[in-house]
Amino acid sequence: MAASKRLRMALVQHQPVLGDLQANLLWSCEQIAGEVRDGTDLVVFPELSLTGYFLKDLTPETAVTLAGPELKQLIEATGRASSLVGLVLESPQFNFYNAAVLISDGAVRQVHRKVYLPTYGMFDEQRYLAAGDRFEVVELALGGGASWRIGILVCEDLWHPSSAYLLSRAGVDLLLCPSSSPGRGVGSGEGELGSAGSYGAMLRTYAELFTVFVAYCNRVGFEDGFHFWGGSRLLGPDGRILAGPLEDSAAVLHAELDRGDVRRARIARPLLRDERIDVVQRQLGIGGDD
Amino acid sequence: MTDLSINTELVSGILTKFVRDEVLKVGSKGVVVGISGGIDSALSAKLAVEALGPAAVTGLAMPYRESTASSLEDAQLVAAQLSIELMVIEISPQIDAYFSKFPEADPTRRGNKMARERMSILYDISATRSALVLGTSNKSELLLGYSTLWGDGAHALNPLGDLYKTQVFQLARHLGLPPRIVDKPPSADLFLGQSDEADLGFTYEQADRILFHLIDERRSPDELSDLGLDPLLVRVVWQRVQASQFKRQPSLIAKLSSRSVGQDFRYPRDWGH
Repeated sequence: MAASKRLRMALVQHQPVLGDLQANLLWSCEQIAGEVRDGTDLVVFPELSLTGYFLKDLTPETAVTLAGPELKQLIEATGRASSLVGLVLESPQFNFYNAAVLISDGAVRQVHRKVYLPTYGMFDEQRYLAAGDRFEVVELALGGGASWRIGILVCEDLWHPSSAYLLSRAGVDLLLCPSSSPGRGVGSGEGELGSAGSYGAMLRTYAELFTVFVAYCNRVGFEDGFHFWGGSRLLGPDGRILAGPLEDSAAVLHAELDRGDVRRARIARPLLRDERIDVVQRQLGIGGDD
Repeated sequence: MTDLSINTELVSGILTKFVRDEVLKVGSKGVVVGISGGIDSALSAKLAVEALGPAAVTGLAMPYRESTASSLEDAQLVAAQLSIELMVIEISPQIDAYFSKFPEADPTRRGNKMARERMSILYDISATRSALVLGTSNKSELLLGYSTLWGDGAHALNPLGDLYKTQVFQLARHLGLPPRIVDKPPSADLFLGQSDEADLGFTYEQADRILFHLIDERRSPDELSDLGLDPLLVRVVWQRVQASQFKRQPSLIAKLSSRSVGQDFRYPRDWGH
């Protein structure tokens, strides 16, 4: 295969079977293997793609461990390529995390445990899940060997701008945002769902202000009447939508990312260079030697 | 000040997908729905037809001998327009047989019995067709408790449950339901000449405005006065919501064990689907 600087990405917008880990695992492995065969470098799934979202008491029953057979199967399906899957991760202390696991070239390279667990309105995550406590960037050679600095934000993490800010300070140039966002807000004043509008604004803002690629992979379908609205998309580091948004149905969005776009965007708008971290640290009272 | 207008295109798309998804993924072949000749059941049936096709939707008209004659004609009009089968099952024999033992029964008691009789028929027919019972209760009725517990309030899924009555009108017009169905005064038709708004003592438009601010916007009754809404009516509506809370909940279970149904045994309804 000819080497290319571009990263070929697939965002798999789908509907997991609620609580059926094995069915979702099998399906996901088939999807990954098919995408990898077709030359995709990175296959991204939504939040909790191996389990479904409103798990309630199914949370511990659908959990996997990092050393378990499920991740081995995913690693095998991914081969030399990369994938990001959503799952319930059980710790040795028997805590359960809403996690996104980045697999690449035969190993787990990054585990992001969702930091912000929504527990209000229709959400009840803190009842069942333990919260992560960090946002980290991992550097991986992807797509023809270019080095990408990847950060992961899971759904509600996006609603806290400090999450994206911290990843930006850690040098991210590709934000992966798996999501299981239930739709609400159907007023006639807006052309789209209220929640879709909110995500659209956030994703664009982060892409443009942090001059990063943003890949948003939301799920579709219904669980107990909750409607997941899809809308998966890829935004470039100038804030423009490069691919998608997908409609509200199961589909795969393919896109190619050129890391040169990040360079160009940051030359055009050197926002990160000009960021005054010293002001932030002083005003928040944080001793800094950044 | 109060915007209850909905994006009808968006809502009909979501509700159509909802019915298709929740019916097909549990292995059901379709839905059965009671067709009263009113707007709610017509709209529910229309959404089901959009979702599943007319062959998967069975309408049931279940008139009592004192039901308004035009209601059956309207049910037939709805079924014809949607190209769905309409089974007509008279409930007079069993209702009359039962109340021959209780000739003193008032219209409310008789109406509730009829609503539960219809529910029982819907569930019976649904089982013969591997279908689910489709609900027709809108958000206004649910919040006001204007329904019969285990009667019209009983169903497997309900596409209208998060739409106020005024929004039901918007969606029905958008989906082209016959003006004769959309424009007639809402009636539970449990007895001759019954009218929802006469029963309730206020109009749906009044109630919806109040409910929207109380429920969706989480304003306090006092804050509604500041918006110019009649404080007395606000109190009446809010008391109805409180008094009917039991209708929107499963029955109570006394907790004894460490894990009890309805309390801390919490699995999603769509478990495994």
